[in-house]
Amino acid sequence: MRALVVDDSAVIRTVLTRILTGLGFEVIQAVNGKDALAKLQNVERPDIALVDWNMPEMNGYDFIRSVRAEQRWRDMPLMMVTTETEMEQVVRALAAGANEYLMKPFTPEMVQQKLAILGLAQS
Amino acid sequence: MALHPDDFRYICEFIREAAAIVLEPGKEYLVDTRLSPVATQCGLGDIAGVVRELRRSRHSPVAQKVVDALTTNETSFFRDLAPYQHLRQRVIPALMEARKNERTLDIWCGAASSGQEPFSMLMMMREDFPQLASWKVRFIATDISQVMLARCREGVYSQLEVNRGLPAPLLVKYFKKQGIDWQIDESLRKSVEWREFNLVGHAWSTLPSMDLIMLRNVMIYFDVPTKRGILANIRRVLRPDGYLFLGTAETTINVDESFQSEQVQSSCYRVKAA
Repeated sequence: MRALVVDDSAVIRTVLTRILTGLGFEVIQAVNGKDALAKLQNVERPDIALVDWNMPEMNGYDFIRSVRAEQRWRDMPLMMVTTETEMEQVVRALAAGANEYLMKPFTPEMVQQKLAILGLAQS
Repeated sequence: MALHPDDFRYICEFIREAAAIVLEPGKEYLVDTRLSPVATQCGLGDIAGVVRELRRSRHSPVAQKVVDALTTNETSFFRDLAPYQHLRQRVIPALMEARKNERTLDIWCGAASSGQEPFSMLMMMREDFPQLASWKVRFIATDISQVMLARCREGVYSQLEVNRGLPAPLLVKYFKKQGIDWQIDESLRKSVEWREFNLVGHAWSTLPSMDLIMLRNVMIYFDVPTKRGILANIRRVLRPDGYLFLGTAETTINVDESFQSEQVQSSCYRVKAA
């Protein structure tokens, strides 16, 4: 399985990559939404994208809207992974097309549980 | 001050008698970590002071605090997905078919801890079986700890707790942000009878007959004779066509052969037909 990790923080990208690799994913990294859209053009559709909200150039919310606007990515599972913890933000992300929402800080177990909800890992 | 071996032995004996929890030698660190705050809160100085208070009375508020502190409350929303899948796909539909005339369901969630399991079940039932809204569903959830029951009644969870296993659409639908925490919907909290209940106590006759019993991840703390006693009581409470769910690391095999596995993955059991 393949995961796209989109976060402007190198630390978070590294942490998520370690967790996902441990769960058997091959990981593609992108530093913001624009970079992620460009990478998606050149690779086979990932099984999931884990997306930060606040990033320069293109934020995660706009990335999710752009992905959902494209027929070929319409059913790609998307998980927001963010420091935004208000209900309004969770509602907005889901309305834009996110399938799951994980608030930072997170543990490897939390990532795995969220992936399990999406049928992408053991619970 | 280091935990005295006599005090450790006394605590082990007390918690075994009060809650059937077996503490093996080597668990001194656990007693030290969990009871030092109790000693401070109660103004007893150290664990030796707690032991003195327990020797004076085993029914004091301090005794309840010791039980609360030594009870493990590890839980999360939708912990292990397999039991919920089995409930959704097989058990609830089967029970609804079997009770279609009476339109009643009796469910007991034992060792409910801070409430994530009963609330997970209630959310699942509302989402997947909306027709149950017109049924008489009696949902009892119990725990040995009054502190945990107070938490359940309040239904307030930290960000870390809602991050663990709770699907985001259910967070949005059933929770409200309250400061930095999240509170579950009042109608869910009110739809549960929260009761204090000791699995090794003498209150089993106060439980009505049940269609479904969830007793997950608690038997692992008990020795085999205690497990046998609890399973014998479950047999009396569970209706002949009812279902029992244990934790995924728990089994009735070699403990009580009158149960048979209904589904291994979800640790679901039924009483064998006579």
